[in-house]
Amino acid sequence: MSVVTVQLGQCGNQVGQELFDVVCTDVREGPRKTYSAASCERFFYQTTHGDLTARAVLIDMEPKVINQSMTKAAKSGRWKYGDTSHFSQKQGSGNNWANGYCVHGPRHREVVEELVRREVERCDRLSGFMAMMSVAGGTGSGVGTYVTQCLRDIYPKSFILNHLTWPYGTGEVIVQNYNSVLTLAHLYQLSDAILVHENDTVHRICSQLLKIKHISFSDVNRVIAHQLGSVLQPALTADSHGVYSRNPLGELVSALTCHPEYKLLSVCTIPQMPNSSIAYSTFSWPGLLKHLRQMLISNSKMEEGIDWQVRPPSGSERTRSVTGGSFNASVANLLVLRGKDVYSAETGGFEDPTLYTSWLSAEEAFNLWKSPVPFNKYEKSATLVSNSQALLKPLDNMVAKAWNMFASRAYIHQYVKFGISEEDFLDNFTSLEQVISSYSELC
Amino acid sequence: MRHFRHRFGQAGNQVGCRFWDLALREHAHVNKKGLYDEALSSFFRNAVLVDMEEGVVNEILQGPLGEVFDSTQLLTDVSGSGNNWAVGHMTYGLAYREQIVDHLRKAAEHCDCLQCFFLIHSMGGGTGSGLGTRVLSLLEEEFPEVCRIVTSIYPSAEDDVITSPYNSVLAMRELTEHADCVLPVENQSLVDIVNKIKRMSHTGKPGSMIKRDSTIISGQGGLTRAEKPFDDMNNIVANLLLNITSSARFDGSLNMDLNEIAMNLVPFPRLHYLVPSLTPLYTLTDVSVPTRRLDQMFSDAFSKDHQLIRADPKHSLYLACALMVRGQVQVSDLRRNIERLKPSLPFVSWNQEGWKTGLCSVSPVGHSHSLLALANNTCVKPTFMELRERFTKLYRKKAHLHHYLHVDGMEQSCFSEAISSLSSLIEEYHHLDATKGKMMPDAPRLGIAR
Repeated sequence: MSVVTVQLGQCGNQVGQELFDVVCTDVREGPRKTYSAASCERFFYQTTHGDLTARAVLIDMEPKVINQSMTKAAKSGRWKYGDTSHFSQKQGSGNNWANGYCVHGPRHREVVEELVRREVERCDRLSGFMAMMSVAGGTGSGVGTYVTQCLRDIYPKSFILNHLTWPYGTGEVIVQNYNSVLTLAHLYQLSDAILVHENDTVHRICSQLLKIKHISFSDVNRVIAHQLGSVLQPALTADSHGVYSRNPLGELVSALTCHPEYKLLSVCTIPQMPNSSIAYSTFSWPGLLKHLRQMLISNSKMEEGIDWQVRPPSGSERTRSVTGGSFNASVANLLVLRGKDVYSAETGGFEDPTLYTSWLSAEEAFNLWKSPVPFNKYEKSATLVSNSQALLKPLDNMVAKAWNMFASRAYIHQYVKFGISEEDFLDNFTSLEQVISSYSELC
Repeated sequence: MRHFRHRFGQAGNQVGCRFWDLALREHAHVNKKGLYDEALSSFFRNAVLVDMEEGVVNEILQGPLGEVFDSTQLLTDVSGSGNNWAVGHMTYGLAYREQIVDHLRKAAEHCDCLQCFFLIHSMGGGTGSGLGTRVLSLLEEEFPEVCRIVTSIYPSAEDDVITSPYNSVLAMRELTEHADCVLPVENQSLVDIVNKIKRMSHTGKPGSMIKRDSTIISGQGGLTRAEKPFDDMNNIVANLLLNITSSARFDGSLNMDLNEIAMNLVPFPRLHYLVPSLTPLYTLTDVSVPTRRLDQMFSDAFSKDHQLIRADPKHSLYLACALMVRGQVQVSDLRRNIERLKPSLPFVSWNQEGWKTGLCSVSPVGHSHSLLALANNTCVKPTFMELRERFTKLYRKKAHLHHYLHVDGMEQSCFSEAISSLSSLIEEYHHLDATKGKMMPDAPRLGIAR
């Protein structure tokens, strides 16, 4: 089945381009016909000349980044974007969510819907949509939210996955917390699942694991793309009977977001290391999975600096609903294993009921996908998509900062100008407080 | 493209002239194919030059830059405004209203997407402050959606225009009410900076030799050969404008649009005075130790000597701060320096992370990198208070008042309203200053009923 990707704003268009590049590299690697064919069907279509073309719509309110992404893709010589699958304007949304959502979105609704419709009609079987955007700026967040809303209206039965990049704590956009609150509160009503990458976390991965000295946006985006690729590339599920071409978004959503209060997904991958070190490293499934499990329960997104002291609460602690300080409780987890001897991997550690809420059995809460095809140069790799408390703290921080600013009514006039009122802000704060409360009550 | 700019009066036109000259140099440097690329041509096409004396504008037209402007973009009169804000604002404002609106509309038609108006004017004289602020409100009427960024040149205390406090305070009220952002620049700071650069380049120690003709103050490589007395000062302001517009003119990994400036830096509508600082001010011949030099550039941007008004942002309160970097600088360099400098900079309690950053990959000619910092900082307050004092000195004695009251449409209430507008602005900064250093408790969060 096919996924139509909608790339929105500067960040969405950059991360999207990296993702297609990663997928295409993976597709072209070695002789593995069924896997490659399934991946191609998901993300690309072939033109009459045989060129791989991304099933993507590129949207931005300024032309620069889209031009860069299209040029990069074409230069790769391996794949490209559709010649007419993009839409840009001359002027950005000025970091203002309200400008994107209330002005630019509605103004360009028809053009965007038409572009999406054309991509949808190209798919034999549509799995759903993936909207990629950041939450900090104006276009990705504001226009992105509006476009997601349009998709939900027109395709009420399709799956919509939003991939969000959360900003650095400091230093990109001052009103980023406002924009994030507005985006998240809206998407929570619209999206089937919200997959989040935090820039701060990815930045740390680049510096500590990949040992990159001068980290650029393209390094950060590359890591995100690899993690996404390892989730979204074809894999065999428990009931797929050896068939790759299943519904990737549907499977993902049904594995992870079973409850409308819990939609926030985080990702962690192991191993991640500089290319030069791969040759000198050996991996074993028990080793990788032991680390990954501890990363999950201690909520470290990286292999380095894992707190090995954290243990899941025992039965008696549970009833007192004390989730032992730093223990990270999960609603559901999806484990994706790729590489050599994948069928011998023992994943019992993730089926432990103490990791999960009491209202969902461990069999329902845990899902496993496997593929014997190695991904991203690693002989063996494991990626965990987790619906857990992992994003609780960053979300709480984001809301706290925005709320503090709101208490002084700072910057509110900039939003009122475009039609977002103080009451709208309050509503959005309320719905996110609800989400925070739900996740913190998890046990 | 999408901006256009107006310059008013002598100072505005001279600064503007330097801007065009340096912008041409910059684009010629990047775009070796031809001097005049598309990005820049749209800037030129969209300039409107206004002066009520023909001298300076004519000089520009007869100079080497003449061919890039055409006469439809010019508006001049013969008699000048006599250093009288009321003449500029009321008399000329009324007489030339239609013509100005017409020019603006024509210029706007050239833009396929109008992003921003830049106004450059001085505060002390008559035309720049009076007519300039008139045009500002015309712009607001005609193009309410388009952002208005004003670069205002504040007079020194020893200004030769005796009525400059009147003109400045009257203009301030217009700026506070009708501009989206004001970048105040003080004449005295420019003089200090120019002197400092000159001193440094004469007494350079070995190892830290400064290139002769530092880029910031020289127009070297520009079209205009002979430099005029104020050129080095005007060059500084021109460089400020070059840096602000660089992201619109060139590519970068982190674009910063002009409308993002007001969005990020102006938390309250009236408090939109952004103190600019430029670094580095001169290029050293020795280009080793790049990391240290790069970090020095960031440190300097917050030091007193590099501010374009006489103010000390480190000892006042930041509401927000933008860093616009040019050259081969990575995100990680930016982040490292923000982390390093943050502890020494007081930010308002609800905006502890009030940083906006932009990266443009093309560095200015002659530099490997450069930084423009725009600070919304309460350090503008002393400048405004000093201005108010000088105004009050004149106004108490009603000195020169009759020159203004003779002008049609000018009433004494204009003066009292202008001064009370300035006072309340000072008061607003004062309130924020009072929160400095105090631990403000976090606002109690919304509770969720369970």
